[in-house]
Amino acid sequence: MIGNLNPVFLARFQFAFTLAFHIIFPSFTIGLASWLAVLEWRWLRTGKTVYGDIYRMWVKIFAVVFGMGVVSGVVMSFQFGTNWSVFSDRVGNVLGPLLGFEVLTAFFLEASFLGVMLFGLNRVGRKMHFASTCIVAFGTLVSAFWILSANSWMQTPQGFRTGANGLLYPTDWMQIIFNPSFPYRFLHMVTASYLTTAFVVGGIAAFYLRCNRHVKHARVMLGMAMIMAIFVAPFQAFLGDQHGLNTLQYQPAKVSAIESIWNTRQGAGLKLFGWPEQNQETTAYAIEIPKLASLILTHNLNGEIKGLKEWPKDERPPVAPVFWSFRFMVGIGVLMILTGLIGAILFLRKRLFNTPWFHHWCMAMTPVGFLAVLLGWAVTEIGRQPYIVYGVIRTSQSVSPITGTQLALSLSAFVFTYIFVFGAGSYYILRLIGKGPGDTEKIYGAHGVEEPAILTDLAAKEGEKHV
Amino acid sequence: MFNFGGYIDLPLIWYGIIATAIFMYVLLDGFDLGVGILFPFAPSDSCRNRMMNSVAPFWDGNETWLVLSGGGMFAAFPLAYSILMPALYIPIIMMLLGLIYRGVAFEFRFKATGNARKFWDYSFHFGSLAATFMQGMVLGTFVLGIKVHGRGFAGGPFDWLNAYSVMVGIALIFGYALLGSTWLVMKTDGITQDWARKCAAYVLGYVGLFLAIVSISMPMMNTSIKILWFSMPNILFLLPIPLTTLLIFIMIWHGLHQRKEYLPFLLSIGVFLSGYIGLGISLWPWLVPFQVSFRQAAAAPQSQSLLLAGTVVMLPIILVYTSYTYFVFRGKTSDESHY
Repeated sequence: MIGNLNPVFLARFQFAFTLAFHIIFPSFTIGLASWLAVLEWRWLRTGKTVYGDIYRMWVKIFAVVFGMGVVSGVVMSFQFGTNWSVFSDRVGNVLGPLLGFEVLTAFFLEASFLGVMLFGLNRVGRKMHFASTCIVAFGTLVSAFWILSANSWMQTPQGFRTGANGLLYPTDWMQIIFNPSFPYRFLHMVTASYLTTAFVVGGIAAFYLRCNRHVKHARVMLGMAMIMAIFVAPFQAFLGDQHGLNTLQYQPAKVSAIESIWNTRQGAGLKLFGWPEQNQETTAYAIEIPKLASLILTHNLNGEIKGLKEWPKDERPPVAPVFWSFRFMVGIGVLMILTGLIGAILFLRKRLFNTPWFHHWCMAMTPVGFLAVLLGWAVTEIGRQPYIVYGVIRTSQSVSPITGTQLALSLSAFVFTYIFVFGAGSYYILRLIGKGPGDTEKIYGAHGVEEPAILTDLAAKEGEKHV
Repeated sequence: MFNFGGYIDLPLIWYGIIATAIFMYVLLDGFDLGVGILFPFAPSDSCRNRMMNSVAPFWDGNETWLVLSGGGMFAAFPLAYSILMPALYIPIIMMLLGLIYRGVAFEFRFKATGNARKFWDYSFHFGSLAATFMQGMVLGTFVLGIKVHGRGFAGGPFDWLNAYSVMVGIALIFGYALLGSTWLVMKTDGITQDWARKCAAYVLGYVGLFLAIVSISMPMMNTSIKILWFSMPNILFLLPIPLTTLLIFIMIWHGLHQRKEYLPFLLSIGVFLSGYIGLGISLWPWLVPFQVSFRQAAAAPQSQSLLLAGTVVMLPIILVYTSYTYFVFRGKTSDESHY
């Protein structure tokens, strides 16, 4: 039976699955690495142990998340070839160098200095250790730069020509790397990572405050998280708006799917709710705010928005998942801005650290950043279908010459492994959170050493048994 | 658009870079996969902690060479990448899964206790074992040749599964175990070092045996390789390779008995280097044996030029800071001050 499964569907499903799992880790580590650099900087500058304690707690979590990001990322670098070999052959000339640059400028940097960051404090001194943290943080951003450039090129391709053999050839690297959607997607994603991290940190700080544990540390953590929510969440809304305008210009069909607009019209309303029916070409049960979609997208009450019927049926993306993913993503963004607003009011009233309902609220908000990241990617990736390189190569023409059976087997293996391994990872992270900052129990990198590695070399003196 | 194609032989240079990247991967991840292969056989838990400590700061950087090999091939030889990956689909996926199970063990085992910890110990071992075995099978399939039609793989899903590739898989397990055990001789002392030395001496014989089998079988299976190695005057030029290899084996044996600490590891690198050079000579100029040469698979010269410019700048820097991290964590792992 599995031999009859559609290879294109399975290849897409497997890629989406491994990618969705993978993106969770970088969106956490990009934010965490930068935050750890700030923490260590405060620690060096002020000499306050509270920053050091928080750093040591979160660097352990960082190590677990980073490790999972590495192993799931190695998978991605091979899946272009295993699942999409026809695509790899056709676009290798253009995308290959971008991914090559990611390895050369980011992966080695992160991997090498991560070792120093985790295990090297006593070997290199505090300044060099701080430099290592900064280098790792910088590496995560460089990595995001290249991979988002590559992805954005697939969304808004330019700077290439198509050869007679169907292969794509580069004609202008600057146009390829800095393609039209790249700056927006890069800033939107990095900001999303920072916000995701901020809400995780804030949620855990709120949990400590609720339990009356590690109060000194929790106040610092919640305060820093709220700074991000107050200033960065509204900025993200602005970036999202700009990104949307860019998409309207280059991928109008995606925007029409986001708004579930079938007929071209001026002064299009914003659908708050609705049930897009792909085959009937309508949106059932729509609740609209008149003219708002046109206002948001064209910054003009009577601006024209193209309907999906402008495109042939086989060039339209699946509407319902795009429509709904977008609404939930924006909803989460609104809740983040609201959290920042309430946080600011409570802070000015000097009640930020003793308002239980707000702490419950922050705890509930802990995972929403990840959700928003996944939903946002669903919008942009489903929204560009049926193309893998927008307007140039169709997804259905890109798959490897492999059987549905191979794909079904490898997909099951990935599902099992990811759920099991990354489930275990989440469990260990929860345990680290349970222990909290400032403990001196034996854990971490210390790999069997009684005291945390970064703290002491006491164990060295005790010889073989503590090795 | 800059293009160095008119001045230098881009495909040849890239062939060299990719070959170097793969060799760096085999060496560097080879010793930490080897440590994983030997892991459950260590005499005590404290030995195992020490073994893990000896590679913990490096494994991530080592594995990056694999990503460079894969990513570099995608960039410089997209045709070879898009033929080889589907051809080797199942072993590549199983290798990746193995690397997941062993990679996370570095973080998880020290956070787990009791049976969970034992579980991650085995996850580290079997993950390393599976990844190594699959890499060996990939090599075995590679030297037997790949079926190609047009610009794509044309064989079946199980072309990679045969007695020869299984044999190469087992051979590579012993090969990495040699690198791992001699690495431990260098990085540890006391009980762990004594045990690692015994392991090295034990696997050394098997490595020699398998290397001999592969060296003899390749010319026997392929006439052009046979002509390449055994015709005059080639044989005179190529004879130093097997002779040097033999000498290196004797020196490792001697070094282990002399209780040398650094020499066995460095000489094990020599074993891999000579084997790799021998393989390279046999498979020249194929990138997908025996169908697509590195010239046929080469990306557009503009693409190879751009990435070459980046590589010329970045690779020396990478080598400097990689060396720096090895320098930071130099010396015996028993000196715990760095953890």
